[in-house]
Amino acid sequence: MTWRRRPLSGRELGIVFALLVLVAVTTAVNPAFLGAQGLHDLFLNASILTLLAVGQTLLVITRNIDLSVGSTMGLTAFLSGQIYVADHDTPVIAVLVAGIAMGAVCGAVNGALVAAAKVPALVVTLGTLYVFRGLDYGWASLTGTRQVNADQMSGQFLAFGSGSVLGVPRLTLIAIVVLVAVNYVLRTMRSGRELYAIGSNPHAARLAGIPAGKRILAVFVVSGALVGLAGVLHAAYFGTINASVGSGEELAVVAAVVVGGVAIFGGSGTAMGAALGALLLTTITGALPILGVPALWQRAVDGAALLLSISLDRAVMARLASRLRRERNARHG
Amino acid sequence: MTNTGSTRRAVLTTAGIAVSAVLLAGCAGTTKHSASSDGAASGPVTSANPNAPTKQGLKISFVPKEIDNPYENTVDRGGIDAVTGLRETGKEVGPSDASASSQVSYITTLVQQRQDAIVVAANDPNAVAPALKDARAKGIAVVTYDSDAAPEARQVFVNQADSQEVGRTQIRLISEQIGGTGKIAILSATPNATNQNTWIGFMKDELATPRYKGIELVRVAYGDDDDQKSFQQTQALLQSIPDLKGIVAPTTVGIAAAARYLSSSPYKGRVALTGLGTPDQMRQFVKDGTVVRFALWDPSQLGYLAGYAACALASGQITGKQGEVLKAGKLGTRTIGNHGEIILGPPTTFDASTIDNYHF
Amino acid sequence: MGEELGPGRQLTRALVRWETALIVLCVLVFVLGAVSTAGFADRDNIGFLLVDYTEVALLALALLPIVLTGEIDLSVASVLGFCSALTGALWDAGMSFEAIVPVVLLTGAVLGAVNATLVVGLGLPSLAVTIGTLGLYRGLAYVVLGDRAVTGFPESYRPLATAVVPGTFLPLPTLAVAGCAALAAVVVHATPLGRSLYAIGLGKRTARFSGIRVGRIKSGAYVVSGALAAVASVVYTLRYNSARADNGSGLELVAVAAVLLGGVSIFGGRGTVAGVVTALLLMAGLRNLLFLNDVTNEIQNVINGLLLIVSVLVPVVTDLVSTRGRRRGAVRRPTEIR
Repeated sequence: MTWRRRPLSGRELGIVFALLVLVAVTTAVNPAFLGAQGLHDLFLNASILTLLAVGQTLLVITRNIDLSVGSTMGLTAFLSGQIYVADHDTPVIAVLVAGIAMGAVCGAVNGALVAAAKVPALVVTLGTLYVFRGLDYGWASLTGTRQVNADQMSGQFLAFGSGSVLGVPRLTLIAIVVLVAVNYVLRTMRSGRELYAIGSNPHAARLAGIPAGKRILAVFVVSGALVGLAGVLHAAYFGTINASVGSGEELAVVAAVVVGGVAIFGGSGTAMGAALGALLLTTITGALPILGVPALWQRAVDGAALLLSISLDRAVMARLASRLRRERNARHG
Repeated sequence: MTNTGSTRRAVLTTAGIAVSAVLLAGCAGTTKHSASSDGAASGPVTSANPNAPTKQGLKISFVPKEIDNPYENTVDRGGIDAVTGLRETGKEVGPSDASASSQVSYITTLVQQRQDAIVVAANDPNAVAPALKDARAKGIAVVTYDSDAAPEARQVFVNQADSQEVGRTQIRLISEQIGGTGKIAILSATPNATNQNTWIGFMKDELATPRYKGIELVRVAYGDDDDQKSFQQTQALLQSIPDLKGIVAPTTVGIAAAARYLSSSPYKGRVALTGLGTPDQMRQFVKDGTVVRFALWDPSQLGYLAGYAACALASGQITGKQGEVLKAGKLGTRTIGNHGEIILGPPTTFDASTIDNYHF
Repeated sequence: MGEELGPGRQLTRALVRWETALIVLCVLVFVLGAVSTAGFADRDNIGFLLVDYTEVALLALALLPIVLTGEIDLSVASVLGFCSALTGALWDAGMSFEAIVPVVLLTGAVLGAVNATLVVGLGLPSLAVTIGTLGLYRGLAYVVLGDRAVTGFPESYRPLATAVVPGTFLPLPTLAVAGCAALAAVVVHATPLGRSLYAIGLGKRTARFSGIRVGRIKSGAYVVSGALAAVASVVYTLRYNSARADNGSGLELVAVAAVLLGGVSIFGGRGTVAGVVTALLLMAGLRNLLFLNDVTNEIQNVINGLLLIVSVLVPVVTDLVSTRGRRRGAVRRPTEIR
């Protein structure tokens, strides 16, 4: 397999290539796109989606999915706001811990239903999509705090969301650290490799002694924790929170994962790919208005770009597969 | 591949069937020119009795555009306060997705619950009209507020401010802040947002007057009332129009997102931002100098006025005819204008010196 | 990994499980509503709760054959939106309504065929494809109609979407839905084509080896889905007398929820039309009942979500109870495939 030897696999190189072309064209139209501020914004915008996509990748590799990401993120973002309403001077780290813990709990609920009761993840998480969102709204109307504004949050927290370290946005740094960690686990650790086994052939994995249920539960918890982190970062970045934060985000996340070359039927794909997918989709959305695509066309072009990228990916993979077959035949023939 | 072949065959077959159907249907038929338009609702016709006592125990329901929108909640709280002050009962019900179809479900349910008045902020002026006409036919008073429905479907529209005035104020504010010349852009809500489209129309009219000949509106962007999308659209505006002098965001979500972006970017203080926002949401950004001045009306007063209008209609004190006078408690009186429109008043503008007097 | 039971046997097995629970729940909701809530059992109210689910019901029926084959179509509500926008644009341009309807139905079928080409022709995963076309079709709706809202559709046709069958409380669109459901039931449960849908869902390769034209049948399911979504768009546009690009946004998840709540397996190969129809009735009745009792949207969301989760839990639990001496291969482990 190529990914072991090279830092980027074939399909990841494809995304990088698409990204480069897009950035080059957009920069040709408007040089500001690649300016310091432009790059800063680009990475900042992609950071939260990247966190979500990396978490989702873990699940998709094991033939699972989490459609409740948007609702979980909404819930944890709202939690951050509520914490600041209760105590304006809460240290940032406490909010982060609380958000991650809440995300992990949401993930554990999903994971328990999927792993223990053995029910399909798509259905369960479509259910919890509604349940978590309902809790979010219910919380808002119960407390009467429908919205938390920037002036109610601590300045430290807001600065955390928009701040930079050595010119790199802090949110991006966090996303990169998470990405590197997950990539390491998936590539080299035994438990990470087992996730691929579970996704490729659950039955065989179980026969081989892999504790599939335990692994799947763990993956849901980890992915939930990442979503929780993303929710807190969303609150810090945007500075305005209500109960509808993250609505519809599930589709963007799944799109990023798929564009990133993670097989929707499990067993293959990398966190790096998903992160690149998130970066590509964010870049497309950001580039369209700069390329002069009329406002009313942007949604359509966005959808078309997604279809194009998965179709191209399929075409490239098909060619690659036939070349491999040929080479193998040549070797054995 | 056989699969592609079968798809193509299926497409060709359907195409064939449909084309022949179109040919059969021909050109003759019902077009928009021949279709009869739907008449006004036929509610029980009564004449107004300004001195009639306010009926007691009326059931008044407020249907906002979206139940979880904080701005709408403030409006409805004002309305419910007004209604309970008159010793009636008031409640707020509505969709969580800002869609007209869910509003119709709610309106029909309210009719079924035999409410005395329905106060609604229409997500789609046409889509809610049939349900509202049905309510009126059953003797229920119908008031629209914030965002109007088709005029023949309601009796009174309580408008937060004269729409032309809302457009004019925002252009005046941006003009002051950019010194009367330069390129500006508008950051709106969704492309279908009725209020925003009306205001943008009036802004364009205002910009066409010689007074603002130095200002050029270069783009209208849509942030879909979503933080992230509004954020990205703001970034794109700033990047793609390097000499942009100002942004007008006639939506509370849009202006807050744009302000948040500006406040942490090098454009802060260089690009002016104004529009419609709530003081609570904007306080931070006025204090840190990102935003100089913006406008809005008091949302709770809007609800208050709508609540009074609903009670007066249900009690027969007004019928919605032009010239009738509505007594609205602490707000004094309002005269009903053309097409049953009642205007709350001119929008308030907020800046660093006044913003702390307001909490909504 | 597929069940070795015949479709008939499977049907009975399915009926004694979740579908039964659904019917009981459904009856419970309607009886409880009639007893507890003034106005619920009114003819007008029952008529309205039925007509209010017309579009969702049509979209759910559009989805059913696709889900039976193990695929999904998340673009149905966007097809509805595009077709509604197209109706508005053509009507505004002065085209006659009689001519618009076939054009719109064709358009729906073509949009379905585009999905089919990507899923069947190129072999792309349907979840990903239809997330893409969900965005694309909705986007095209904005391209076609922009920020305009078109109204004033002919009063001569509007009753088709709003009126009731004379002398009854049954709305005409509900009758149309019932007709579609009956047709779907016949096709799905009593024809070789229907059996093929199940066979594909249970195992694509086995189905192909047994002579089923997998590609053609799947393509057909997508084309029919598009056309049905277009029918839903016509009803929607007439019922609300409004054509806008954002019509029907978000209905895809409600339709998917109805199908899954109806006991249709997300892996394909299992589910009945009766189950989906009962689920739709249950959702419509429950929604109306909760509305009438001023139960807020948030609680409704929680209830809907829980129902969905219970719908997949119940078969698992009954399986555990009924198949103690677990026959080999008879119980599919849902975690194996999504």
